[in-house]
Amino acid sequence: MSFGQICMQLVGGMGVTIQIFVLTLVFSLPLGLILALGRMSKNPVIRNIVRVYNSIMRGTPLMLQLLVVYFGPYYLFGLVLGDSYRGSAVIIAFALNYAAYFAEIYRSGIASMPKGQYEAAEVLGYNRVQTFFTIILPQVWKRVLPSITNEVITLVKDTSLAFSIAYAEMFTEAKALAASQRSMVPFVAAAIFYFVFNAVVAGGMELLEKKMDYYE
Amino acid sequence: MNVLDMQHIKKNFGETEVLKDMHLKVEEGEVVSIIGPSGSGKSTLLRIATFLETMDDGEMSYLGHQVVSSENGRAVYVPKKEQREARECFGLVFQNFNLFPHFTVLRNIIDAPIRIQKRDKAEVTREAMALLEKMGLGDKANAYPCELSGGQKQRVGIARALAMKPKMLFFDEPTSALDPELTLEILKVIKELAAEKMTMVIVTHEMNFARDVSDRMIFMDQGVIVEETTPEEMFSSDNERTRAFLGKYSELA
Repeated sequence: MSFGQICMQLVGGMGVTIQIFVLTLVFSLPLGLILALGRMSKNPVIRNIVRVYNSIMRGTPLMLQLLVVYFGPYYLFGLVLGDSYRGSAVIIAFALNYAAYFAEIYRSGIASMPKGQYEAAEVLGYNRVQTFFTIILPQVWKRVLPSITNEVITLVKDTSLAFSIAYAEMFTEAKALAASQRSMVPFVAAAIFYFVFNAVVAGGMELLEKKMDYYE
Repeated sequence: MNVLDMQHIKKNFGETEVLKDMHLKVEEGEVVSIIGPSGSGKSTLLRIATFLETMDDGEMSYLGHQVVSSENGRAVYVPKKEQREARECFGLVFQNFNLFPHFTVLRNIIDAPIRIQKRDKAEVTREAMALLEKMGLGDKANAYPCELSGGQKQRVGIARALAMKPKMLFFDEPTSALDPELTLEILKVIKELAAEKMTMVIVTHEMNFARDVSDRMIFMDQGVIVEETTPEEMFSSDNERTRAFLGKYSELA
């Protein structure tokens, strides 16, 4: 098999990897914001539930969480969800895990906002919701973007963990191909793919950061 | 007519008594400046008047509407909804400007009138441009706060407060973050407002300015009013504490 053929074989897997990446962000970024607000809630019950949730999600391996989400329904409740659940399990586990990381990033960003911004808004008559969405959140985005970039780059590589439940993303396919061809070339192709993917993601995030450079 | 009337204000931070039986009355068109050493409670008084801090005990009304009453030695605020009218009475200019950095100068000024007061965007924008013109910032409408000098930022801060059409303005050490030249810029603006009969309460360390612009001066120390009188009498006071405080300024001058 030539390098080109191997790459052609992996294209489908690449699509799946990109899909995991995009869907994880789509769900985890907003969920993280909700968790961050819960974490900063005045209600101690909500605050502590989120705190425990975040520490579990960040304190245990993502691969383990993936196995729990995938096998849990059957082992715990005897539910047979069929093969189509595999993909959903990946997205659920990834989104739940990454949301915890994003929540802590948002929280630190929100906490770093100067008190004067809240006070200026209050004196001008903004209520709490208006203050948060008009004054605070737009500025928080800019502050947390570098930390978000870090997580997003990690996510690109973490997608390969879907391999642990045999989900047919790119890494799983590369491993299978390497075994059947008795060749390192699929791994090289996979490495190049992750590298290029990350370069594109990092470039995109940098562009986003530049776009927010218009103010300090 | 009193725009603001505060009586028997008490405030503690933990064990520290910051305000002990303070009062502050401001009539329409009056300019009152509050002077005193750091830690005397001036800023706390202003923050209580602007609802940024709550008092422990005391009474407060705006335009004759009571918003805080004293019951059994504790301050009782009227519900949030009923505070609204009082909160719309005043604007506040901060020491550190507290402009919204992600908004342009214009948006800083027009966002609240449009979003909060639900006023017409075109009309608000027209008024904002006129305010900027008056502040000598007509060409800065589309600049961001980070592109402005401290003095320009503070002028935007004043314009932002004025755009809400308040009955009175509070200034919390408006020039303390500025160098002497920029300080003059701001003091000039405040003087113009005084000439237009804007009701103002100014916490300041600029003694000469306070003397020039005020109808009445209040000297505070350790949470109480030491002296409250006209600028002329304040500066020729017999009170030892007043003399000691103002004397230090004249020694510097």
